[in-house]
Amino acid sequence: MARSSDDRSFRLGTGAFAGFILLTVVALAFELSRQSALSIAKFGMRFWTGTTWNPVSGDFGALPFIWGTLYSSILALAIATPIALGIAIFISELSPPILRQPLVYLTELLAAIPSIVYGLWGIFVLVPIVRKAEVALPAALKKLPLFQGPPLGVGMATAGLILAVMVIPFTSSVAREILKNVPMAQREAAYALGATRWEAIKAAISFGKTGIIGAVMLGFGRALGETMAVTMVIGNSPKISASLFAPQYTMAAVIANEFTEAADELYLHALIEIGLLLFIITIVVNMLSRLLIWSMKKRSTRAIVVPATLEEAPAQ
Amino acid sequence: MSYAARRKIVSRMAEVFCAVAVLLALVPLAMILFYVVKEGIGSLNLAFFTHTPKPVGELGGGMANAIVGTLILIGLASLFAVPIGCVAGVHLSEYPESRFSSAVRFAADVLNGVPSIVIGIFAYGLVVLPVKRFSAIAGGAALGLLMLPIVVRTTEELLRLVPPGMREGALALGATRSRAVFSVILPAALPGILTGILVALARVAGETAPLLFTAFNNQYWSTNVAQPIASLTVQVYTYAISPYDDWHRQAWAGAFLLVMIILTLSIVARLAVRRLEKMNRP
Repeated sequence: MARSSDDRSFRLGTGAFAGFILLTVVALAFELSRQSALSIAKFGMRFWTGTTWNPVSGDFGALPFIWGTLYSSILALAIATPIALGIAIFISELSPPILRQPLVYLTELLAAIPSIVYGLWGIFVLVPIVRKAEVALPAALKKLPLFQGPPLGVGMATAGLILAVMVIPFTSSVAREILKNVPMAQREAAYALGATRWEAIKAAISFGKTGIIGAVMLGFGRALGETMAVTMVIGNSPKISASLFAPQYTMAAVIANEFTEAADELYLHALIEIGLLLFIITIVVNMLSRLLIWSMKKRSTRAIVVPATLEEAPAQ
Repeated sequence: MSYAARRKIVSRMAEVFCAVAVLLALVPLAMILFYVVKEGIGSLNLAFFTHTPKPVGELGGGMANAIVGTLILIGLASLFAVPIGCVAGVHLSEYPESRFSSAVRFAADVLNGVPSIVIGIFAYGLVVLPVKRFSAIAGGAALGLLMLPIVVRTTEELLRLVPPGMREGALALGATRSRAVFSVILPAALPGILTGILVALARVAGETAPLLFTAFNNQYWSTNVAQPIASLTVQVYTYAISPYDDWHRQAWAGAFLLVMIILTLSIVARLAVRRLEKMNRP
């Protein structure tokens, strides 16, 4: 009798600590909506479609930030996905065994470098390089909307590049684990039918398709919430533009830059409402990504072990 | 060209593309490390470790207060995240199948995916707003929330690696569940859990965004946890976006120190994991 009551109190006692995590997530959602109530009440849906951001007149529209966040993240994915998948395929299918572990370690190193160091490198090394490339671009191309504006170096192109580098280790490590878990029989079957090496790899990829899409989405979630490095190179100008050359702004960047300057309450609430949207978007993207990776996990017989060092890292 | 030859060429080209992709990722890595080392080592001097920042316009000064500030912040973060995270991890590994455990696991994953700047807003609302003052405690809380999911999941995974025979042995000897966990299972998993904490520390030591409006920054020497405190990351940020060459120099030095701290933590963790794997091999 004493024993079972002891076990019950153990269960409840440790459960209280575990419940703290549940509570945190609920409190997070609650706090973000409570602290943005003024802005939600005043602007309603207009907040998401408005393009003016004027703290002086108290007029807040978040569309330029949403645009900048989506543009930079999608640009980063477009650059990072082929490279990350190439790395995953090279390490799991092509690499000589002695190179495998060092390559895994080096790609993980990319994830270990803090965002602020990426930003510092971005300002002093990458921006001048991008500026030179922008100046050197043939005049005929500069007529396209994609390349309009003065070649500043600071802007969407640099932000996309730096985000791509930061996202590559996440996507490639999950994709690598997915490929590792595709049953060997898939490739052997392809070889038996006379496939070339690449055709056999394609058979493995198509088996792991859902998981690989999950890996790409995981990278997308990272890119959306990335703050410091982007803030330091994107130029921070709340204007919607299709041009890669143009300085723009992201949701995370505007929070980082203006939070401590927000003098009146409405301004602060408007910034926190942007945080609330960022919270909701990243949760949806991450849940989808997990769902896809998990459904892939169920399909293959061996469990997918995502390396703790990468998978558990908080988004920056 | 025959069909078979074309297929072979396509295969070759795809293989070459994959190798090129690896190189493409290694180029920025090499460049970043090269610049951090080159610009950083040249800028490190004794003053960097022993002085506080000089006012605008004066050359010299250092980041002594920021180094200590970062240590205080990650200390506060661990104080908060390690006990809660470990006990929660124990619960998850002891009752893996319960619906409550799946909900907690899900919540930890959600928390892990939340951008760190949003966690900063949360800590601001919880700790800064009520007292209307930025403080080291607020910064520590923000970093702690970022550590929490990592500590929970590593603790759970490592506890599950403890051979079931040890638990069964303890229970067979008449130990209660709490006794079995705290005197047999937890000690067996301890080295692994410490490794997990190191990994979590390496993660949060490099965080900037959640500190901007929680711990804020401080140009002066301060160890008071109720006051704003400097940190290496925020100091590097402030200096990086400033227009002064001497501050840029110090930003590189700070970045170098930061990368060194994080690399050391990760390498120690990696070596520990390797040793653990060897020990656990039958």
